[in-house]
Amino acid sequence: MLNTLTRPHEYPGKLLVVEGVDGSGKTTQIGLLAKWLTAAGHRVFLTEWNSSALVKAATRAGKKKNALTPMTFSLLHATDFADRLLYKIVPPLKAGMIVLADRYAYTAFSRDVARGVDRQWVRDLYSFAVKPDLALYFRVPIEVSIERLLARRVKLKFYEAGMDMGWSSNPVESFRLFQGKVIEEYDRLVDEYGLHVLNAAGTITEQQRTVRQLVARELEGIDEGDEDDGDE
Amino acid sequence: MRETRTMATSDTGGIEERLPGDYYGHGLPYLPLGDYPGKIIAIEGTDGVGRSTQIQMLREWLEVRGYGVIETGWTRSALMQPTIDLAKASNTLNKLTFVLLYATDFADRLEKEVIPALKAGFIVLSDRYIYTAIARAAVRGVDRGWLRSLYGFAIAPHQVFYLKVDVETLICRVLESRGMDYWESGMDMKHADDIYESFRTYQNKLLKEYTAMSREYQFNVIDARPRVEIIQDELRRRVEAFLAPTA
Repeated sequence: MLNTLTRPHEYPGKLLVVEGVDGSGKTTQIGLLAKWLTAAGHRVFLTEWNSSALVKAATRAGKKKNALTPMTFSLLHATDFADRLLYKIVPPLKAGMIVLADRYAYTAFSRDVARGVDRQWVRDLYSFAVKPDLALYFRVPIEVSIERLLARRVKLKFYEAGMDMGWSSNPVESFRLFQGKVIEEYDRLVDEYGLHVLNAAGTITEQQRTVRQLVARELEGIDEGDEDDGDE
Repeated sequence: MRETRTMATSDTGGIEERLPGDYYGHGLPYLPLGDYPGKIIAIEGTDGVGRSTQIQMLREWLEVRGYGVIETGWTRSALMQPTIDLAKASNTLNKLTFVLLYATDFADRLEKEVIPALKAGFIVLSDRYIYTAIARAAVRGVDRGWLRSLYGFAIAPHQVFYLKVDVETLICRVLESRGMDYWESGMDMKHADDIYESFRTYQNKLLKEYTAMSREYQFNVIDARPRVEIIQDELRRRVEAFLAPTA
């Protein structure tokens, strides 16, 4: 059985991933990280969960018709992941670039299991993935996440809110129940996969400072041709 | 009977521990099967061996005898068919992505067609099952252990009939009917530029995979070289022997 997800990779590049529920601030943080790395002269490639063209069509169709079961939801995302891994993630790593992934296999481990998919099965499913050099988990209390999403006036998405589970017809309540379970699953992953926890309570700037410190430590020794850390 | 089943161990994801009609491995924890009246009969065999003809005839015969029958087959799921067709046409997918697309198709049909039909007491005739998907991926170098764990959500069929043929017979049969096509000849594997050579090499490898699985999954092997009617008679004889106690 493959187990590259738990063995350090041998590519010259670096793979950095951010994880966390919606409203945890991870996307903001990875965006700021990308700016800093680029300014420091690194070659950076950013990839997002569920973004490959082919699978997007099926996911969209499935979501529209509310046709996805927990299993097909899980498998479709794995298909998307496999496609991106081989076309988008591995080549830049081979080229010595820094790949930033907004969500990674851990998203599947928490979401799919919260939907009732077998915990070990989904881990085996993603065993072909590349082990990240650094995985940052932005942990927020569920109330904070809800508050942030509502303040942004974003409409809670059907699957994001776990509406497919039928636990509550109220989107906010459904989100609370579902993402609460997702957070429980994330918490299991911290020790199992060595995720680095960032308590997403601080200000954006404070958090970004911590993120940059962790990343700088990880990048020590990487050939960047420019030792300037940027202007912090 | 089900109670005697030991839990599949997490290190293998285990397809090996199973009873017909139960999940092979971890299954769908949110969808316990319980007892159900239906049966799954899978007809396996490589491309051009005559599966669809046999299934058609078998269905007719079963229905005349009063059995409710539904058919299911690869890439027929409403969710995945357009995507798979697109992927085949554009030839941009890597082997792992293909495997996962097919698994998604299988999962969709399993949950939406097969399980409801089993619970309603139908005989589900499956034109191929997970074995062809496993064989095709394995010959393309996908890890066999991983494939077995992946399909741990599948239900072990009550009967698997494997229509067995040798590659020489297969070649003539395919050439007599519709000719060799790109995928069935494994042209994507670049064994040879020549479609005939490629077909022979590829199908030989596939047949070896089926043979290896034949013991592992307790295939009911049927010689697929004779005439259609003779194969059908044999198939009916064995299906009858299986169904008779409950008929």
